[in-house]
Amino acid sequence: MTHLFATLASPHIHLAYWQETLIKVVLVLVAVPTATAIIVQTFLFKVMAYMQSRLGPMEAGPHGSLQLLADGVKFVQKELLAPERADRLVFGMAPVIVLLSTFMLYVVIPVGPGGAAENLDTGIFFALAVSSISVVGILAAGWASANKYSLIGGLRAAGQLIAYELPLVLGVVGVVMLAGTLNLQGIVQAQASWHLFGHTILGLHGVPFVIPQFVGFLTFLVAAQAELTQVPFDMPVAESELVAGYQTEYSGLLFLFFYIGEFGTAFGLSAIAATLFLGGWYLPGFHAHGFGGDLLGFGVLFAKTMAVAFLIFWIRFTYPRFREDQLQAFAWKLLIPLALVNLGVTALVKVVA
Amino acid sequence: MPEIPGLLKGLGVTFRTMLQPHVTVEYTGKDGKEKEAPPTRARGVIALKEENCTVCMLCARSCPDWCIYIEGHKDKAPPRREGGKPRTVQYLDRFDIDYALCMYCGICVEVCPFDALFWSPEFEYSESNIADLLHDKERLGEWMETVPEPPALEVGAEAKKGGKK
Repeated sequence: MTHLFATLASPHIHLAYWQETLIKVVLVLVAVPTATAIIVQTFLFKVMAYMQSRLGPMEAGPHGSLQLLADGVKFVQKELLAPERADRLVFGMAPVIVLLSTFMLYVVIPVGPGGAAENLDTGIFFALAVSSISVVGILAAGWASANKYSLIGGLRAAGQLIAYELPLVLGVVGVVMLAGTLNLQGIVQAQASWHLFGHTILGLHGVPFVIPQFVGFLTFLVAAQAELTQVPFDMPVAESELVAGYQTEYSGLLFLFFYIGEFGTAFGLSAIAATLFLGGWYLPGFHAHGFGGDLLGFGVLFAKTMAVAFLIFWIRFTYPRFREDQLQAFAWKLLIPLALVNLGVTALVKVVA
Repeated sequence: MPEIPGLLKGLGVTFRTMLQPHVTVEYTGKDGKEKEAPPTRARGVIALKEENCTVCMLCARSCPDWCIYIEGHKDKAPPRREGGKPRTVQYLDRFDIDYALCMYCGICVEVCPFDALFWSPEFEYSESNIADLLHDKERLGEWMETVPEPPALEVGAEAKKGGKK
């Protein structure tokens, strides 16, 4: 987004490092709650309701569009309770750690040709690394709550997130091999100029990596679903046996932090999936530059992100929950071997072709 | 992978449901549809037919959460026939049901030997002040208009003996 500002303001204005950083921080701070609101309002309130032949919230604002505001106010005004025997410091820190990992995820997502908030060379590596910080927060929340259900939930979450981290990474590695770079901007550009064995699709320039890496896309999607603890993989917060897992003892704003962490990460991982597999901000046939290009790129990336998020939440609203052993077996016995085979084939084709 | 067709079918079901019109009817009827009427025998509110009540207290005593308050007094009433003795009659002074306590079990309606209590399907009597949920005998009497007709007897059934029709 450095570029975006350069185009917005006159190119002669030079911002100091701290000014630039401040703007980026504010941008990310605004982007995450907005993205969470969009995800929750669209999918959790409305799409879920329609899939269950319900209406969803209808009273707050036109078609319930202000429901989230009402919910937010409700969460903020609730009392922050901590169990008597809880480790107060860790108890308070845990949701912040989870939220931190969500915020850091947004830093590297490229929203247009102008770049991301920070165009890191190790972009995707950074994204995967910070997204797994949330494990620490969840484990801390489970332990600090002084509640056996919270502890079991936290341990289940840790086991699950670590197990599904592998297929997530392995799904990405295929893309990285094809693109030859870890930089997310570079991956988008690679898709814009990539040809499937020297062919284009429908004569359009560029092939999204979902076509050569379909297995990788599936692995990434399933693993992302598990990373987000969305329903077929929501064993850590299984309400019928663990109350609400590691979230049991949290109330008010701290619970809201977990909430934002969950759905903000849902948007973030969807955006990364859209960038890696669906071509990111690139729309075949359009080559806009400057501010217009950034704006178009933002719209295209948003549409693709919502498409991926729809897939995630569609699966969430359809399937019942995995049993704990099935959940682990699915990761270790099916998903990881599948991802490894995909990786091997990709490497073979890359070297031979 | 024998599970895959079933999994895809499940996704299809949710997707089709999403595109179809919703089944849920909005309570306020704002979407142009008529408000859904409750079933005629629904347990909405208890109505009181005051002239049938003899202040026998059976309902108040059978109420599991003691939400019926009855007060009455005995008084002389003119004799039925010329030259007879004056009768002693129970007069109902107070008959309150506290709907903040009522659990809608219907035991009072069942236990009433004189057909003074009836179920009505009306349910829209919420209040912003909890004290207003205490319905006095005038208010309970107003509900009588909403009590549905009792279902007709089965074909060939004997008419109820002794009692009034």
